[in-house]
Amino acid sequence: MSGPSTYEPKTAIERWLDSRLPIVRFSADLMDFPTPKNLNYWWTFGGILAFCLITQIITGIILAMHYNASGGGAFASVQHIMRDVNYGWLIRYIHANGASMFFIAVYVHIFRGIYYGSFKAPRELLWLIGAAIYVVMMATAFFGYVLPWGQMSFWGAKVITNIFGALPVVGPPLVTWLVGGFTVDAPTLNRFFSLHYLLPFVIAGLVGLHIWALHVPGNNNPTGVNVKSKSDTVPFHPYYTVKDGFAVSVFMILFACFVFFMPEALGHVDNYIPANPLATPAHIVPEWYLLPYYAILRAIPDKLSGVIAMGGAIACIFALPWLDRSRVRSMRYRPQAKLYFIIFFIDCLILGFCGAHEPDDKLWPGSIGFQLFDSNINSFVWLSRVAAAYYFFYFLIVTPLILPFTETPLPAPESISTPVLSHPATVPAGAVAAPEKKG
Amino acid sequence: MVESVAGASADPTHAAPDPSRRDFIHIAVVAAAVGGVAAVAWPLVDQMNPSADTLALSSIEYDVAKVALGQQVTVLYRKQPLFVRHRTPKEIAEAVADDHAQLRDPATDASRVKPGKSEWLILIGVCTHLGCTPNFDGGNLDPGHYGGWFCPCHGSVYDTSGRIRKGPAPKNLVLPEYVFETGTKIKVG
Repeated sequence: MSGPSTYEPKTAIERWLDSRLPIVRFSADLMDFPTPKNLNYWWTFGGILAFCLITQIITGIILAMHYNASGGGAFASVQHIMRDVNYGWLIRYIHANGASMFFIAVYVHIFRGIYYGSFKAPRELLWLIGAAIYVVMMATAFFGYVLPWGQMSFWGAKVITNIFGALPVVGPPLVTWLVGGFTVDAPTLNRFFSLHYLLPFVIAGLVGLHIWALHVPGNNNPTGVNVKSKSDTVPFHPYYTVKDGFAVSVFMILFACFVFFMPEALGHVDNYIPANPLATPAHIVPEWYLLPYYAILRAIPDKLSGVIAMGGAIACIFALPWLDRSRVRSMRYRPQAKLYFIIFFIDCLILGFCGAHEPDDKLWPGSIGFQLFDSNINSFVWLSRVAAAYYFFYFLIVTPLILPFTETPLPAPESISTPVLSHPATVPAGAVAAPEKKG
Repeated sequence: MVESVAGASADPTHAAPDPSRRDFIHIAVVAAAVGGVAAVAWPLVDQMNPSADTLALSSIEYDVAKVALGQQVTVLYRKQPLFVRHRTPKEIAEAVADDHAQLRDPATDASRVKPGKSEWLILIGVCTHLGCTPNFDGGNLDPGHYGGWFCPCHGSVYDTSGRIRKGPAPKNLVLPEYVFETGTKIKVG
């Protein structure tokens, strides 16, 4: 970790441990970690994500005690969990909604990283590990969604595995290998359960690397300016344990609202129909957190190109540290980048909105529109295309090619402390303070 | 508590915090956290207790008339073997004769059957040592010839009343709760 350790073993057992396995020193250094003193609430989502991962692992291990990963028994065992197991309904609703909460938090965390330039040197590897965690999360969530073995589970598994079928030559045999049969069936369910149990521990390992990589350069901060002296930082504990703890508590309120008052709001009723390989549900959509990619996939009329575009959308996230070469980290001091970023954020929401609709649904029900190439201009297909185009435009054109020539960044502060000390709310002792305006 | 803030930069706009107020906040936060964790932990613990469908397997009915004299039928009761034994007069006589013998878990044979139904011995077929199912051997295998059950796992020997006579088991074979609903029909549990 960065900086010399200030821990001094006080008791005999601590001294004994310290020269053998210094876990107390390790924990003490983590708690004492010098953290920029200006981190805002967007920085609490790391702690929130740790909370989400632990919640998912604990509830998941419990669900696995009662779940039966067989083609004939999976659906019934989920009903058994909901009806018969003590508090099974609670544990399953926490796990199912916990996945959505996890993704809400990870999206905030990712957008935070983009906005404040947290991916820039020397944090590129930190960013790459984070992006890898996100990909493994998506895989884990997908495998988990298959397990109840309802209609949405079955057909979701079918569609997602068939995405790999788009690859030339190796595609079809790859799909057969993935699903273990002519099509998705009981063998698929069994292996997906195995992988769904495995991957969270892969995530936990990656999170360990992510935190390690974070603790070498230390946290970025809202100004994006490097920590210059000890006066720019505070120890992680108690300052950020308390701040993160408060944020986790607030987040738990949102979480509990879903679990107790609208546990099925993010699900789909069709998943309470047992898997039927002979009938596809009329309206099939992935879970909300995958909708933007789903919209990109459907925006492109060619199968292979659609799959490539979807993979490319994720690849852009990985490539961001090498696409954005601005020397200024925080978009606080990048007026143009901020504008494109806000449009990009809205664009992602639009993509999600498109993914939730049928491609040929009308955008404005009253208007007839007109035919442009293969589809009506007044349809979600065209909105998806425009939105998908902006998605790639943002990553591949604006960030590396336009902004370096058009943007003049605002002057960034000398140090983390400067904007705080010069802030009108910070007044000398004795004067009337206005704490409500602080920050 | 107060020491933990000593390293922080002093806030010029505020006087030193009142230590008792700070202690109160600490205690209140910790108490709320402990209470919250306990409330969350209970469902996570209780889920391992028997579920509703397991508890629903509570009682069964069985017509003992199907069991011939000298025969034993093993029925599944709460996922465990239930011995329904139709004892011969010789077995009953042996059991009664040993009522006042040296017993590890003293019980009379009459206390182990329903009044007037001493030919029907209903037992939970689980050795009280470590849970194996004893075999009825009629005194052929066990060296002491108690004429009852012999547990293959660790050699516990039960007599014709299901009482422990030898080996490591501490208790007699357990009697389930049951009643004779009619002359020959029992309801167990």
